[in-house]
Amino acid sequence: MPFSRRDFVRASSVAAAALGVSHLSPREAFALPSDLSSAPIQDPAFKALAMRALEAAKGAGASYADVRISRNRTQNVFTRERRVQGVVDNETFGFGVRVLVNGAWGFAASSMITPDEIVRVAKQAARQAQASGSTQLKPVILAPGQAPVTDGVWKSPIKKDPFDVPIEEKVALLLAANEAALKVKGARFCTSSMFFLREEKTYANTDGTYTVQTVYRAQPSLNVTAVSTDFTDFQTRQSTDIQPKGLGYEHVTDANLVVNAAKWAEQAVEKLSAKPVDVGRYDLVLHPTHLWLTVHEACAHPTELDRALGYEANYAGTSFAAPPDKTLGKLKFGSPLMNVRGDRSQAGSLSACGWDDEGQKPEDFLIVDKGILVNYHAITRMQAPFLEWWSKQQGKPVKSQGCSYSQSWADVQFERMPNVSLMPGTTERSFEDIIAATDKGIAIVGDGSFSIDQQRYNAQFGGQLFYEIKGGKVVGMLKDVAYQIRTPEFWAAMDMIGGPKSYELCGAFGDAKGQPSQSNAVSHGCVPTRHRQINVINTGRQG
Amino acid sequence: MSAPRSLYVEGAPILSRDEAQALAKRVLYFATADSTRVTIRSAARANSRFAVNQISTAGDNVDTVITVLSSFGKRSATATTNKLDDAALQQVVANSENLARLSPEDPEALPELGPQQYAESTGWSEATALLDPVARAAAIQTITEPARAAGLISTGYIESRGTALAIANSKGLFAYSRTTEAVLTTTVRTPDGQGSGWGGSAHWDWSKIDARALGGTAIQKARASQNAVAIEPGRYTVVLEPTAVGNLVQLLAGAMNARNADEGRSFFTKAGGGNKIGMKVMDERVTIFSDPLDPDIGTNTFSGDGLPTNRTVWIENGIVKNLAYDRYWAQKQGKEPNTGGGGGGFGGGGGFGGGAGLKMNGGDQSLDDLIAGTERGILVTRFWYIRPVDPRTVLYTGLTRDGTFLIEKGKITKAVKNFRFNESPIFMLNNLEAMSRAIRVSASESGNTGQAIVVPAIRTREFSFTSLSDAV
Repeated sequence: MPFSRRDFVRASSVAAAALGVSHLSPREAFALPSDLSSAPIQDPAFKALAMRALEAAKGAGASYADVRISRNRTQNVFTRERRVQGVVDNETFGFGVRVLVNGAWGFAASSMITPDEIVRVAKQAARQAQASGSTQLKPVILAPGQAPVTDGVWKSPIKKDPFDVPIEEKVALLLAANEAALKVKGARFCTSSMFFLREEKTYANTDGTYTVQTVYRAQPSLNVTAVSTDFTDFQTRQSTDIQPKGLGYEHVTDANLVVNAAKWAEQAVEKLSAKPVDVGRYDLVLHPTHLWLTVHEACAHPTELDRALGYEANYAGTSFAAPPDKTLGKLKFGSPLMNVRGDRSQAGSLSACGWDDEGQKPEDFLIVDKGILVNYHAITRMQAPFLEWWSKQQGKPVKSQGCSYSQSWADVQFERMPNVSLMPGTTERSFEDIIAATDKGIAIVGDGSFSIDQQRYNAQFGGQLFYEIKGGKVVGMLKDVAYQIRTPEFWAAMDMIGGPKSYELCGAFGDAKGQPSQSNAVSHGCVPTRHRQINVINTGRQG
Repeated sequence: MSAPRSLYVEGAPILSRDEAQALAKRVLYFATADSTRVTIRSAARANSRFAVNQISTAGDNVDTVITVLSSFGKRSATATTNKLDDAALQQVVANSENLARLSPEDPEALPELGPQQYAESTGWSEATALLDPVARAAAIQTITEPARAAGLISTGYIESRGTALAIANSKGLFAYSRTTEAVLTTTVRTPDGQGSGWGGSAHWDWSKIDARALGGTAIQKARASQNAVAIEPGRYTVVLEPTAVGNLVQLLAGAMNARNADEGRSFFTKAGGGNKIGMKVMDERVTIFSDPLDPDIGTNTFSGDGLPTNRTVWIENGIVKNLAYDRYWAQKQGKEPNTGGGGGGFGGGGGFGGGAGLKMNGGDQSLDDLIAGTERGILVTRFWYIRPVDPRTVLYTGLTRDGTFLIEKGKITKAVKNFRFNESPIFMLNNLEAMSRAIRVSASESGNTGQAIVVPAIRTREFSFTSLSDAV
């Protein structure tokens, strides 16, 4: 090990002196020696610490253990009109140890990365597991893991590290975009922001896997508000054309914010004079920048295995697509045009990684095949044995899909959705082609308001822009539009689907699930679709 | 095991006032900016989660986060770290200062506050601090065992945390408080998925949370909610249990931002310009306030910029008494600031949420009285997936969940299918008929500790249910 126990004591003493306290508090060893707090995550010292955690866990009775040491750096730049509201650089660095003792999970985490603390935390995780074991009815059984990966390395496919781009450049771009929006007559307010993440994490488990990964994510965004001259109405346009990606600063550059800001501002102003929608049933033509959220809520969530099995009943809920023995291979999820794929491999997607937070390499797989549910997703080593019967029936091994994920070192990893994507049809067909083929309907661009019940039956979605279609042509803009669906009927009503060239990668940073609630970042590849005779409501009410 | 019994006491990962002050001084010692603010949040969090009648995960974590806000004239920026050695502290100060130097001037920048007087926070509980994994497991068993014995499936979550928060700046301001929070929620379902019931509560004092009773409520509702019948969506008289009221009343916090109102983009905008302070917008029995020292709230007594938080009445007898003014907007409008934010942070966008809780005064009836006084209506346990639809009317959509019943002639007669609503807390409190006593609730959808919300059960007219849900 490149540092000694004595170094730690010295570092601790310095820190204690810094606190100005005469005694060493139990926090005495809270400081990482300064030469390591900024050391690259590849530093062998971290591997040595990880191994120490695993040894301590085994010593405390763990039949399986894993440890993640991670450093998350984020940067936020927020602006409003002609001012910068905030420039914030965050860094959080710590580790979490998860253990399986007598078939029960325990977890503990700490920001104090020292040899003593890593042992304390490993033992504390075992203590959590032992306490949980008192209520154990059935022990946790893990599906066999993949062959151990030693010293695996993976990095997001970025072209430009956002943390290398000077802050002045970022601020100047956002302010120029705001200015372009505010030049549009009637656009009163404009906020814009950039968010960047770099997560460096090591992972080690008692099977012998050790990996080091560097994950990047980027999201530029902008929001314009137009206010009517008599203060009786205001409308907003959010930059949903630009979706978050697992990319670097090139994603910001490619977003063409200044040109787009003017367009979004014009659309916000146009919404003020848009016609309030008449309630009724319409054929909906949905753009990928809108539909991805419907896919997320009404396709990806109900097909999570842990949800179907009841593990999320107290928060995220259960699923209409359950129980598995009555649905797998049988449930008609949607129209035969519907093919849905799970993956963590699409370049630039938010879920992409080399190995999941259990050290498993994810695979691509089908969830819905020609409208029939053929697989659940978000399956980890703990969840896979629950579908042993289905795996055997399919002639496949019982194994994880590589969907274990934790938002940070401080939280335990668990079952999270991969990218879940609505696949293109075989015929080339664009959003405009589908509008041209529609006699009477509404085209919706961009995601807006969304809400769905705990079994994912009843959902309501708004949007950014709504266009009235008559005779295959857009005849004007509508406002106050939301549609309400019953999920299986909505997907069954899908009668047109975009082709390969219409496929776009959209997604979200903040998919919440679990208790304590954790955020997952996930992409949804999506194509435009048409859905027949969907119930549309008017959301405008008088105050 | 040699580990300390408590996360918070013997292990002491939470900084004392003296430790926090010394650490803050150390950060300020490294600072070279015109002014510097340092915020220290030192916390220990623990949780146990259960599903299918047994604990599925349990864990804890400890962390101390230092946030440095540096300002050169009107240029400012923020950097954070959770490393506390001198090199890391120097680095975080340098990061913050470098970013600040490169940031453009903020015309709305305000100087840091000087020393302030703060009331001592009251929200620390040893019962919460001593809630270890064994105690959490024991509490969970008071739910899982009766559920299992009844042939039902329980799931749920306990979270506890202790937090020390300190703010210091280069003008000599120092604020410190230490608070605890605990929450327990449980959902119990029938094995066939046809019944689902919920019970939950939150408080800074774990001893105020009765796990067995909450489990009992969830079990009772799981059974009673079976065989739900569909009734037509429409406008109904509703009896909302306190959790359901909390789910919607807390949304007012974000809506009551003075700047948004003055700028013409809020329900609280007056037609023709200006805002609705002084105007009656709700039933005259409605009074809503924040108070960090309320016995059921017990939050920090200062906001993010070091401003003392005091009791603030937002709605008094149905009239808008105050909107949320951060320091900048207050100064511009000639008002007293009454909310955090501003000063180089993210002021101007939010309302008063999160600062000093939210309490709505109740009446003298019981929930049973509210039901007994209902000719025909819907009893709602809680709401779910509540999302904004139209900020012009504070209109939200969401669904009922885990116990929705028909009331006929003063009695609960049957379980009904869940509804989607499209409704505004403003309209809901305008149509108020009756209220129970106010209690602390767990109003966050996620079951995390959330804001401190204290509300009554209410009966209100013409609540807008727009569609049915098949979800149980």
